[in-house]
Amino acid sequence: MSFVSVCHIDKIFPGTGVCALIKGKQVALFRPSDNAEVFALDNMDPFAKSNVLSRGLICEHNKQLWIASPLKKQRFNLETGDCLEDQSVSIKSYPVKITDGTVAVSL
Amino acid sequence: MEKLKLVVVGNGMVGHRYIEELVDSGLSKNYQIIVFCEEPRVAYDRVHLSSYFSHHTASELSLVKDGYYEANGIQVYIGERITHINRKAKRLYSDAGRELDYEKLVLATGSYPWVPPIKGNQSKDSFVYRTIEDLKEIENCAKRSKSGAVVGGGLLGLEAAGALKALGVETHVIEFAPVLMAEQLDQQGGLQLRRKIEKIGVKVHTSKNTLEVLTEGDTARNTMVFADGSKLEVDFVVYSTGIRPQDKIAKEAELDIASRGGIAINDNCQTNDPDIYAIGECASWNERFYGLVAPGYKMAQVACAHLLGKNQRFEGADMSAKLKLLGVNVGSIGDANGKSEDCKSYVYQNDDEEVYKRLIVSKDGRELLGAVLVGDTSDYGNLLQLYLNKIALPEHPDSLILPSHAGGEKPQMGADALPDTAVICSCFDVTKGDISQAVADGFTSVAQIKSHTKAGTGCGGCLPLIGQVLNAELEKSGITVNNHICEHFDYSRQELFHLVRVGEITTFEQMIKRHGRGYGCEVCKPAIGSILASCWGEHVLAPQHVSLQDTNDNFLGNMQKDGTYSVIPRMAGGEVTAKALGVLAQVAEDYKLYTKITGAQRVGLFGAQKDDLPTIWGRLTDAGFETGHAYAKALRMAKTCVGSTWCRFGVQDSVGLGSRLENRYKGIRTPHKMKFGVSGCTRECAEAQGKDIGIIATDAGWNLFVGGNGGMKPRHGDLLASDLDEATLIRYIDCFMMFYIRTADKLQRTSVWLENLDGGVDYLRKVIVDDQLGINQQLLSTIEELIANYHCEWTTTISTPASLDRFAHFINSDQRDDNVQFVSEREQHRPARFDEKFPSPKGDILHVELEYEA
Ligand SMILES: Cc1cc2nc3c(=O)[nH]c(=O)nc-3n(C[C@H](O)[C@H](O)[C@H](O)COP(=O)(O)OP(=O)(O)OC[C@H]3O[C@@H](n4cnc5c(N)ncnc54)[C@H](O)[C@@H]3O)c2cc1C
Repeated sequence: MSFVSVCHIDKIFPGTGVCALIKGKQVALFRPSDNAEVFALDNMDPFAKSNVLSRGLICEHNKQLWIASPLKKQRFNLETGDCLEDQSVSIKSYPVKITDGTVAVSL
Repeated sequence: MEKLKLVVVGNGMVGHRYIEELVDSGLSKNYQIIVFCEEPRVAYDRVHLSSYFSHHTASELSLVKDGYYEANGIQVYIGERITHINRKAKRLYSDAGRELDYEKLVLATGSYPWVPPIKGNQSKDSFVYRTIEDLKEIENCAKRSKSGAVVGGGLLGLEAAGALKALGVETHVIEFAPVLMAEQLDQQGGLQLRRKIEKIGVKVHTSKNTLEVLTEGDTARNTMVFADGSKLEVDFVVYSTGIRPQDKIAKEAELDIASRGGIAINDNCQTNDPDIYAIGECASWNERFYGLVAPGYKMAQVACAHLLGKNQRFEGADMSAKLKLLGVNVGSIGDANGKSEDCKSYVYQNDDEEVYKRLIVSKDGRELLGAVLVGDTSDYGNLLQLYLNKIALPEHPDSLILPSHAGGEKPQMGADALPDTAVICSCFDVTKGDISQAVADGFTSVAQIKSHTKAGTGCGGCLPLIGQVLNAELEKSGITVNNHICEHFDYSRQELFHLVRVGEITTFEQMIKRHGRGYGCEVCKPAIGSILASCWGEHVLAPQHVSLQDTNDNFLGNMQKDGTYSVIPRMAGGEVTAKALGVLAQVAEDYKLYTKITGAQRVGLFGAQKDDLPTIWGRLTDAGFETGHAYAKALRMAKTCVGSTWCRFGVQDSVGLGSRLENRYKGIRTPHKMKFGVSGCTRECAEAQGKDIGIIATDAGWNLFVGGNGGMKPRHGDLLASDLDEATLIRYIDCFMMFYIRTADKLQRTSVWLENLDGGVDYLRKVIVDDQLGINQQLLSTIEELIANYHCEWTTTISTPASLDRFAHFINSDQRDDNVQFVSEREQHRPARFDEKFPSPKGDILHVELEYEA
């Protein structure tokens, strides 16, 4: 598995997400708290087909963390990419590694 | 099998209710039902007839849901009057020449206004007040008149006077008796009412016997001549001198008629012809006819039950009433004049607050016989229940009407004290037992009780009582109603607001640690973000709040379906200079933005990429534009008409006021978005009554409407106060805004909030106008702070370079989102659809609608 470095973790404000361009692909990175923990998902909202998920709100339901799309509020699991509203839909999730504050993602 | 023919003559309030009873009981399946409706429209709410002037659509008053008669197989002949009944042949004749046989006949012909036989009562300036057509004629006449008189100072006369006042003509009330509303009020009550009415500018003339109306005058079109020799010049006259049962066709058919008029009926509502019933105002039971709707509804129920073979009886009706006349609350219960033998009275009078209350009780002080309430009817519901259910009075009956500052605790009768048979809603005859049953069946909110039992959907006077019964029942059954905003907080938005204020909480983290659990979600985060903003007025993008905001608040623009944003600068009151417009046009051109006038009287630029937003706004703010908050749950705009500065009809400067208001409240975060409207005259070109705050100019100042809405569930605003000067108007709006911010649920528009507010606009008026909760000083100072804290969020953002990093599309590249593509259309462009970007593969899973400013 090859990890691509993206940015320093301080560039992601706790509780928010950012979008990274990795090998030509748009990947949304989320940092739920000020811990060194980051999740990576596709940036494209599969319902609207628009690249917006990194701008969603991070939320907790059923004791798991999700991202709520800023368009129509469908929620996607930060770890698995599964959609809470429609089980037939899911988006890709990617492994993330943080070394010395540098966030790296493997596609 | 041939169905039996049942014909209903008259499609007024009672005739329609009777049909509903037939449908609800299933009888409409056994009968072929035919209805004759003399008026040009099906049944409407005559009780609220006067609201036709404020709302102006006949359809709003309609009592018949679209398609209701058709769906239930009922034939209605609209605009057709029955002229003759042949009882022997059981045949009816209509003025359209129709002949029709019946097996059962129901007369619900109502009553007609009685006009005294004085000379001149037929002139073209003479009117009555009974139907929508009457109102249309009065309205037309008022347009070419300066003054009008209502003859008759009873309930309906004062209602008509209120309408004339609202139409903006000088209004006179002429009453034969020495006091107003002699039927419902005692002398002191009548006097108090008169003082209040005169204060709002209606001229009251009592002990005046009108002899003649001459169709000439020096200052007006007509001259009224009175028996005492005095005269009064007015342009037109409305007669409201009493009603008479419409019993003409019954009399002709030789049905029994009561000595004082009205078709005589027995306890089953049958006439002396067992196949003919009479119900409503045309019927007379025990030599008495009823000019209120509730007894008519009861008759409709009884007559239907009789057809079903059920034994229900009409046993007379209580004539107690709670009304609002010319803005004055008036209540009358039982023996209001204290005519019962050996009765005694308790009186409370307060000239400062213009309140008069009187209780009439039995000699032993145990039973309430009657009551008069003027200026304050908050005790009406309780007193009526005491009276109707003959509940033993407390030791000191006067404690029932004394204000709270008199010291003594008001004896709370409590819903528990009522027997199950107590009628809570007399319009729909719903008892306390019915409501208890509904609660047991799982209807646990006032709204649900209303739609399930119909209670409270008539005059609405019983709503507070329904609330009390509901709460008592819920408490008894141990049900708690959950209004928690989400799984992370066991509180409603209103409670959260309190916790934030009282605990001086400034961040979400503090809040969830102290009062919640877990991480938070897309519901509680923005809700608390908005509460923090409304409480402390901090910049929404202060770092500690960034993770709470929806993307719209975070990037200060409305996200569109393709991930781009709209750019909508403020144009307060809809004003914009040519120069500023030029800058806007240049920016749109330079950044290739789609341009449109939004629904909020301003220009919207669409399709801006996130990373362009700071430079776009930099140019706009340099030109003097500010953010328009189109992305925020906050005041969007004040829509205005052109107003008196230019328009030849305008009576006040609506644009000036709209612009001042917009600038006053801009940026304040509210539970949901808000829209204002300001119209410069009653033509209402700004459609202010469909706005959260609607202001309409009058000759004397401004009328303030609240709780209006367009959108999915349109609602006309309720009149909160009239003829206000600007300072008072602003004070009321200040209080309204803060009270809404404090008490509304999350994402609850003012319309829904107001509908859920116990006591509705009357209660709101007590809070805002009378400061009944004593909180107005606090509300005013909080809003002053918020106003003082205002800053343009875009100006602040641009001047904080560190905050601009977030606007790049990628954290690790300067490239842009290549998925944002446009297709040209009508000389501009729109977002490309998926199949246009990727010509072959599958289409959208779902269409995402463009979020306009709606
Ligand atoms: C301004 C105003 C305010 C009021 N406020 C209140 C209030 O606050 N509280 C309250 O309880 N009551 C109030 N009332 C009284 C209430 O409206 C009446 O009690 C109620 O409408 C009576 O209903 P009804 O069906 O018997 O008669 P109506 O509603 O008058 O209906 C009778 C209908 O029958 C039609 N008709 C008559 N003859 C024929 C015929 N031969 N063929 C076909 N059709 C015929 C008439 O045109 C009419 O449409 C108010 C009335 C007015 C005018």
